[in-house]
Parts: sequence; C-alpha cells; structure tokens
Amino acid sequence: MRHHRVLRIISKLLIPFIMLFALYVQFHGDFGPGGGFQAGVIFGSAFILYGLIFGLEYARMVAPPAIVTRLVAAGVLIFAGTGYAGLFAGGNFLDYGVLKSDPVAGQHLGILLVEFGVGTTVAASMITIFFLFAGRDR
Amino acid sequence: MLQAVLDHYNYWIAILLMMIGFYTVVARGNLVKKIVGLNIFQTSVFLLYISMGKVTGGTAPILDERFSVYSNPIPHVLILTAIVVGVATTALGLALVVRIRESYGTIEEDELDLLDGET
Amino acid sequence: MSSLIPQLPALQVVIPLFAAPLCVLAGRTGLAWFIALAASATATLTAAVLAYLTYHNGTISYEMGGWEPPWGIEYVVDTASAFILLLVASIGTMVLIYSPASVGKEIRSGRGHLYYCMYLLCLTGLLGIAITGDAFNVFVFLEISSLSSYALIAMGGQRKALTAAFQYLIMGTIGATFFLIGVGLLYMMTGTLNMADLQTRIPGIQDSRPVLAAFAFITVGLALKAALFPLHLWLPNAYAFAPSGVSAFMAATATKVSLYVLLRFTFTIFGAKFAFLNLPLYWVLLVPAVFAMFAGSFSAIFQRDVKRMLAYSSVAQIGYITLAIALASSAGVTAALIHIFNHGLMKAALFCAMGCIFYRIGSTRIDAMAGLGKQMPWTMTAIVAGGLSLLGVPLTAGFISKWYLVQAALQSNLWWLVVLIVLSSMLALVYVWRIVEALYFKEPVAGNEGIREAPLSMLLPTLLLAGANVYFGIDTRVPIAMAENAADLLLRGQIW
Repeated sequence: MRHHRVLRIISKLLIPFIMLFALYVQFHGDFGPGGGFQAGVIFGSAFILYGLIFGLEYARMVAPPAIVTRLVAAGVLIFAGTGYAGLFAGGNFLDYGVLKSDPVAGQHLGILLVEFGVGTTVAASMITIFFLFAGRDR
Repeated sequence: MLQAVLDHYNYWIAILLMMIGFYTVVARGNLVKKIVGLNIFQTSVFLLYISMGKVTGGTAPILDERFSVYSNPIPHVLILTAIVVGVATTALGLALVVRIRESYGTIEEDELDLLDGET
Repeated sequence: MSSLIPQLPALQVVIPLFAAPLCVLAGRTGLAWFIALAASATATLTAAVLAYLTYHNGTISYEMGGWEPPWGIEYVVDTASAFILLLVASIGTMVLIYSPASVGKEIRSGRGHLYYCMYLLCLTGLLGIAITGDAFNVFVFLEISSLSSYALIAMGGQRKALTAAFQYLIMGTIGATFFLIGVGLLYMMTGTLNMADLQTRIPGIQDSRPVLAAFAFITVGLALKAALFPLHLWLPNAYAFAPSGVSAFMAATATKVSLYVLLRFTFTIFGAKFAFLNLPLYWVLLVPAVFAMFAGSFSAIFQRDVKRMLAYSSVAQIGYITLAIALASSAGVTAALIHIFNHGLMKAALFCAMGCIFYRIGSTRIDAMAGLGKQMPWTMTAIVAGGLSLLGVPLTAGFISKWYLVQAALQSNLWWLVVLIVLSSMLALVYVWRIVEALYFKEPVAGNEGIREAPLSMLLPTLLLAGANVYFGIDTRVPIAMAENAADLLLRGQIW
C-alpha cells in the first residue's frame, strides 16, 4: 500500500493517539472501565495498523519478532512475579494488600503491576499472531 | 404466552445464536466456516452470561455517589476471561487451518478425508 | 520451611505456571527441558506432601489473593484431589525425564523450548482443575490444558497430526462451552461459583429447570472432554499422531482429570441423590460405558497402528471407569478412582514404550515392528508388563482395578455386568496378543537388522512406569487407602 498517500499520512497521525489511548485505558483501569486486556489489544492494533500500511518488513524492524515473543513470556512473568511478591511479603499468592504497609495502597500497586503484565502479554501476543499469519508466503 | 416469550428475549437470542453456531460447526465442511460457527456458538454463551448480570434499574458498576443500584459485574468479568479463551481458541484454530492448507492444499473436510485415506 | 507449608496449594499450580514462560525466555531446548523438569519435580514433591497432609490432617483450604471464599477463589485439597494431583504430577515428571531424546527426534529443531512451555502449561491446567474449589476456575484451567494440548498434538511430525488437533479443538471447545453454559446456569440460580457454597444452595432449588439443564450441560460437556463413548471420536487420532511424550502424558492424565471433575460435580455439588434418584444418571452413564467397553476393544483389535490401538483401548478403559461411577456406591467410586490411577500407569508405560520403538524404527505400525523382541528386549519387557496390566492378570495393577470393579458390581447385585467385564477383558487379550505375537513370533522385517535398544534416558522411565504396574499390583496399600478415603469423602458429600 506504499502509494496510498492518504492512508499513510492519516495512519501516521493516528498511531501516536492510538498508543496514547491504550496507555490511558491501561493506567486508568484502576478507576474506570479499562485494564490490561483492552489496553493490550489497542496497543497491539497500533502496530498491526503500521504493519498493514507500511509493510511487514518495516513492522518487523520496529517490533522484532524475537523480542515480541519474549515479551509475551515476560508479561506472564510480571503477573506471576507480583503474585509471588505477595507470597514473600507474608500474604497469600496474589495478595496485594501486604505489598505496602497500607493495604489500600498495596492493592493499588498490585493491580497496577498485574495489569501491566497482562497488557504486555496481550499486546505482544496480538502482534505475534499478526506476524505469524501475515508472514506466511502463500 | 407471547408476553412470556418477549420478556425473556435475551435467552431466545442466546438460544438462536447457539443453534446457528452449533449447526454451522456440524454441517459445514469448510474448516474456516467451522471456526466461524464455533465463534458464534461461544458468543451466544457470552450473551447469556452478560444479560444475566443486568439488574433492572441498575447502572454500570462504577462507584459513584449519585447511584445506589448497580448491575452485577461478576458475569462480565467471567466473560472477559471466556472471551480471551475464545480469542486464543480462534487464533490456534486458524493457525491449524493455515498449516493444514499448506500441507494438504485444501481446507474442505471431505477432500481432507480422501487425502488422509485409511482412517 | 514451616511457613511454606500453608502456601503449598498455590505453589502446586503456580510453579509450573511460572516455569512455562521461563522456558520461552530460555530459548534453548536443553535449558528449557531442565527448567521444565525442575518445575515438574517440585510439583510432584508438593503433591506428595499435600497428599500426606490431607490424608492425616484432613482437608486444606487456601484463599487465593487473601479473598475469603465464597467471594474469592478457593483452592481445596482433600484426599480425592490430592490423589489426582499426585497422579498427574508424577506421570508428568516421568514423561519429562523420558522426553529429551524423543523431542530431539520428533519436534522440529528450534521448537523444543516451545514444546516444553506448552507441556508445562498443560500440566498447570490439569493440576489446577484438580485443586480448585471454584466452578468457573475449573473452566479456565480446563481451557489452559486443552489449548496447550491442541498445540502439542499439532507438533506431531505427520500431517495427520494437524487434522487430528483441529478435530480435537472443535470437539474440545464444544465440550468446554457446554460446561461453561452449565456453570452459568448454576450461577444464575445460586449466585455463587464456590463449590462448597453451591453444594449448600442447590438442594433448595434442585427441581427448577435451569438447575436440571445445568446438570445436563455439565455432564455432557465433561463426557466430551473425557471421551466417553460415543463422544470419543477425537481421541484415537489425537493420541495416535501426537508426539510420543504427549501421547503418554495425555493418555495417562487428561481424560482422567475430566472424569474426576465429573465425580466432583455429580457427588459433591449436585449430590448422588439428585443425580441418581431424581435423574436417570445411572442409565445415562451405564449404557455408554458398556458400549465403550466393547466398541473400544473391538476397534482396537482391527487397528494396524499400535498407538491407535492403545488409543481405542483407552476408550474401553474409560468405559470401565464410567461404569464404576454409574454404580454410585462407595465400592464403585473406590473402583473408579483406583482404575483412574492404575490406567494412568498402564497407558503411560505402554505409550512410552511405543515412543522407544518409534525412536528406533520411525513407525508404530504393527507390521513394521515385527520380530523386534530380540533386538529391544527391555522395551518389550515394558510392553509385556503394561499389556498384562491392561488385561488384568494377577500381580499387576490392572488386576487390582478389575478386582475392585467386579466386587463393586457384585455388591450392587449386577452379576451380568461381571460377565460383560470379563468378556470385554477377553477382547483386550486379543489385541495385546497381536502386539506380543508380532514382536516375538514374526519374522523380522528386512532393514530392521541394525536396530538396537532405545537410549537409556528413554528406557529407564519406561521401565520405571512398567515396574510401577507390577509394584502397585503387589503392594496396593497407598492407592487403595487413598481411593477409599476419597470415595468416603465424595459420597458423604461433606464440605471439603
């Protein structure tokens, strides 16, 4: 789609805002609707849009598949690591209340970390799925 | 009688979608269409859950001092999980279809059976 | 150390879950294998400690995230779940010890670490199903184990593995979705997902139509997952074309865990009285079970591929387990649990042995392995031990299963069932004999002269599993004590 100038310019304009919106959904998830799943999909869609408009090779340069695959795993590790942190702090697995001296602040911190892990994994999996399907040469 | 049907329209929609999806899975030979059917089938269950969480007169479950009645958010959370599972199933199913197409050259069930020969 | 013990129920599931992404990050097959083995060995140790603790001190409850049940997710370990945890984790570890050589041969290079990641996820799912006390959580873990097993099956070398995995994906998803519908209807009627809570709330509304529909959906969904005849069509191809290690692990554990959930829902949540007196679950399970025993064994006789033969034999064996559940007596449930355990041992040993043969000759077709008895004597010993156990010959684990099954049938005054059990065992004799005949009494196939015994890393776990079949046929104290205790617990319907 290299010769579609309108598409290219509009998407260049849009992609930063898509990412910004993803971050909003991600970090405002504690107070309103939103969270890691939704934010991850929106964030991933920014990369997918880029890949569709500018071509797969460029998308792969921006988000190298080897790193993206590792991010899928890293997100799960962040999630599980937060769970373990609760365990080591003397609570049960995934008990965020003990992460800080104030249980409410602990809950905030815990959910933030967990949602960050979820967001990372979801965004990275969406990009990986796109790469895998689009990368087939037939 | 008619009123009883109309009062539960959400269940009727869920049942209708469920049957459409299930029929598609069973009756269609094309593997992609089977996955589409499976998706419709799963979506009907999502609707069943989500509509069950509605509380009459309740608003979206976001704490605010202006409201006292909220819809039940738990079915929504459950279904968020189920949707993710559904996405994973679809992605895996389509990935399998791609690879089946690459190694057999077809995604029609009857042709696949012929190519597989003795089963 | 003592502060670790209350956390064991969470660690049981979370250690393999944490190790799975580590395998991806490790990137190298050897390192991934080591991580997987360490995680799975820890899980086995955890399961053993939990089994010991529950057997002596009673049920353990764990509040996930510190949220009190019934609001939070509760993990519950009692003897029944500890029994299944121990089976799943120990077979998982055995098969992992066995895996490196067969993975090197069967999985495309550069994919090994992903194989171990999927394997651990499957293990996590199966352990999670057994340990959770939350009905929706069962669905989540069911899907974790299923999705990873679809991927594992598709890693099999032949292209038929792809169609087999696809077929299993369709059937498995329908089964899981049925289960989801059932859980949804229960939630709608009771407002809770906690199993102990469901158990106290269902009796008051048990004649309402949503509860009846929920029971039907859950039973059918689980029967699909457990491959109960006639819902078994996904099983033969899935087991036949999966990589050897996956066949061994799944045949020994996956369907068993679904049967365990069926036991849980039937006896603990809905109650035996509701399922067997108000509803005709007896006939619903008994008739397919008897058909499974015969249809599975008959189909097995005519297979030309031994892995497919064993898969059909699994269908028949699942029939025995379901039959025992249908009796709904204490003896019946005990027999079902014992057979779940023993059948896991037999099928793990036999599929591992088939993996050894595949490693050497690249096929598991019965005519391709003719005359190998002299060249691979130890593998053959494992096959004979597993085969005898499958038949139910005295001094093997299979005999103990059959003995308890027959006793349970006699206790319910169903002598005709005993006749059917013995008759279908005769059919097993036919197909086991076909393997033994091919291995020892047929002329070797040309080109197989240079075949040697399988490598020690594969042979040792295979022989250990085969040895377990003999050991648990002689020293039956542990499985029987646990199964009887678990059956008591399930039938008393006490809150666990």
